[in-house]
Amino acid sequence: MQSSRASALPWARLSSRDRRGLITGLLFISPWLIGFLALTIYPLIYSFYVSLTRYDLLRPPVFIGAANYVELFTKDAQFWKVVYNTVFYVIFSVPLSLGFSFLVANLLNARIAGRSFFRAVMYIPAIVPGICTAMVWLFLLNIQYGAINGLLQSFGLPAIPFLSNPDLAKPSLIMVAVWATGNAVVVFLAGLQDVPRSLYEAATVDGANGWQQFRNITIPMSTPVILYNLVIGFIGAFQEFTSAYLIFGVSGGPLNSALLYSPFLYQNAFQYLRMGKASALAWLLFIVVVIGTMMLFRSSARWVYYGGEK
Amino acid sequence: MSAIATPPATSRRRAALTPRQVLVEVLKYTALLVLTVTWLFPFYWMFTSAIKDDPQVYTIPPVLVPNPAYWNNFADAWGKNNFNLFAVNSVFLYALPATVLTVMSSAVVAYGFSRVRWPGRDVMFYICLITIMLPWQVTMVPLFITFKSLGWLNSYLPLVIPNAFGSAFFIFMMRQFFMTIPEELADAARIDGAGEFGIFVRVILPLTVPALAVVALFRFLWAWNDFLGPLIYINEQDLYPLALGINRLRANISATGTNALAYPYLMAVSTIVVSPILLLFFMAQRTFIEGISVTGIKG
Repeated sequence: MQSSRASALPWARLSSRDRRGLITGLLFISPWLIGFLALTIYPLIYSFYVSLTRYDLLRPPVFIGAANYVELFTKDAQFWKVVYNTVFYVIFSVPLSLGFSFLVANLLNARIAGRSFFRAVMYIPAIVPGICTAMVWLFLLNIQYGAINGLLQSFGLPAIPFLSNPDLAKPSLIMVAVWATGNAVVVFLAGLQDVPRSLYEAATVDGANGWQQFRNITIPMSTPVILYNLVIGFIGAFQEFTSAYLIFGVSGGPLNSALLYSPFLYQNAFQYLRMGKASALAWLLFIVVVIGTMMLFRSSARWVYYGGEK
Repeated sequence: MSAIATPPATSRRRAALTPRQVLVEVLKYTALLVLTVTWLFPFYWMFTSAIKDDPQVYTIPPVLVPNPAYWNNFADAWGKNNFNLFAVNSVFLYALPATVLTVMSSAVVAYGFSRVRWPGRDVMFYICLITIMLPWQVTMVPLFITFKSLGWLNSYLPLVIPNAFGSAFFIFMMRQFFMTIPEELADAARIDGAGEFGIFVRVILPLTVPALAVVALFRFLWAWNDFLGPLIYINEQDLYPLALGINRLRANISATGTNALAYPYLMAVSTIVVSPILLLFFMAQRTFIEGISVTGIKG
C-alpha cells in the first residue's frame, strides 16, 4: 500500500522516476480510465438522478424526488412479489449449485478414468448460448409433449406442471440453474488439484479415513474457492435474466411466480418506458448486492482458511 | 493445470482391491454415468427433436430415436428463417469487432496495471476490480439514453464500441498472465533504449499470445451467446444476431400452435447455433479450463 500513500503526494515531491512512471502508467491505462469515467461513473450518477424523475424518453425527465422509491415500497404489490421471487431464487439456487458443484468436483478429483471428458460434460451447459438451452428446457418441461412428462407418463406416473403451476415455476428455474453450474465445477476442481498431496498422505499415515480427510483437509483448504464461487454465484443469481425471461416470458409465468428482478426491471424500462422506476429498481438492486457481498466477505474472516497461501 | 496428469496408476493396486473398494468404484462410476446421461439429455433431446416431424413431436411416450429422421429440417429451418444473415450479423457486426477491440484494450491496460511501476497503481487496480461487481442494470438505462441520443440504436455500436475501453474481467485476466513474465526480459530491452510501448509490443506481447487467445476465446463466446444486449439495442430484423433470430422463432410457436414444424425448426436452429461452441470447446479445451482456473483461483 506504499503506492497509495504516494499517490496523495503533490506532483512536485515525486521523484523524476516516479513522474515518468506515472505518466507512462496513466497512458497505458487511459482507455480504461476514459471508459471508467464515461461508461461507469457517469451512468452511475445519471442513473441515480433518473431514479428521482419521471422519464418516458419522449418528454424531458420531471424531477419527482423519492416518489419512485416510495411507490415501489408502498403501492406496487408486484414489486414485493418480485423481491420475494428473487430472494427465493437466490436462497435456493446459490447454495444448491454451490453444494452440488463442490460434490461433483470432488467426484471428478477422485481416481477416475476420463476426467476431462466428465469435466467437459459438466461445463458445456455453462458455455453454450443461454437462449438455446432455455429453448430446450422450455420444450423438455412442457406438460403436454415435453420429454420429462412424456417419460413420467409412460411409466404411469402423473405429469408435473413445471411451467404452469405457480409453486413449481421457481423450482424449475432453480433446476436449470443447477444444471448450468459448470463454471463452479471447473473452478472447484482446479482448487482441489492445488491442495498439496502431502496433506492427504500425512493424514493417511495418521490413520484418518476418507470422510475425516474430506472434513479436515478438503473442506478447509477449499474455503477460499468456496468464497469465490459463493460471491460470483450470489451476484449472478440476483441478476439472472436470460433463463427466466425466455422460459417464462416477460410476464414471469403463472401469477408472476417466476418473475425475477431483472426481467421486471427490463419490463419497466423497455416495455412501459418507465426509466425513472427502472433506475430506482437498479439502485435498490445495486445496494442489496453491495451489502450482501460485503457481508459475505466480512463473514469470510470466520470460515475461510488462508493458511496454505501466506 | 494438472488435470491431465492422471493420479498414480490404479492398475498396480487393482489386484489388491477389497470388496469395499470395489463397491466405492462401482458407486463412483454409477454416479458419473447418471450425471453424464442427465446432463447431456437436453442436448440429445435438442438434436433428436430437430430431425422429427410434427407427429413425432406430439407423441406420448416421447420418441427417443426419430424414425424416419428428417435431416433436411436443418437446412429448411436455417434457410427459411434468414439465419445466414443472422450468423453474418453475429460474427462480423458483433463478435469479431468486439473481440479485436477487447483483446487490444485489455492487453494495453493490463500492461499499465502490472508491468509499469507508478504511484497509485494498486489503488486504481482495485477500483477496476470492484467494477466487476457493478450490476449491469445500474448503467443500463443511462447508457441506453446516451446511445439513443448519439443515434446508435439499431446498430451494433453500443455493443462494440465500449470494448475499446477494456473490460475489468479481461484486464484482470491479462494482468494475471503479465505478472508471470520475468522482469529481466524487459530490463534487457530497456538497456537497449527501448521505450515502454516498444517493450510492450515487441517483448511482452509475443510472450502472451496464449493469454490473448484466452481473452479472445471468451469474448467471442460471450458475444455469440449474448441475448440481452441485442434485445435492448437491436429492433430491426435485418440486423438481428442469432440469439434474436431464435427468439423470433420461439414467438412463432405460440403463433402457429402445434403445426408448421415449429418445435423441430426451433431445435434445429438451436442445434446449429450450439455446434460451433461445442467444436470450439473440444478444440481448445485446455485454453478454456486454463482461463477459468486462472481467473477463479489465483485472485
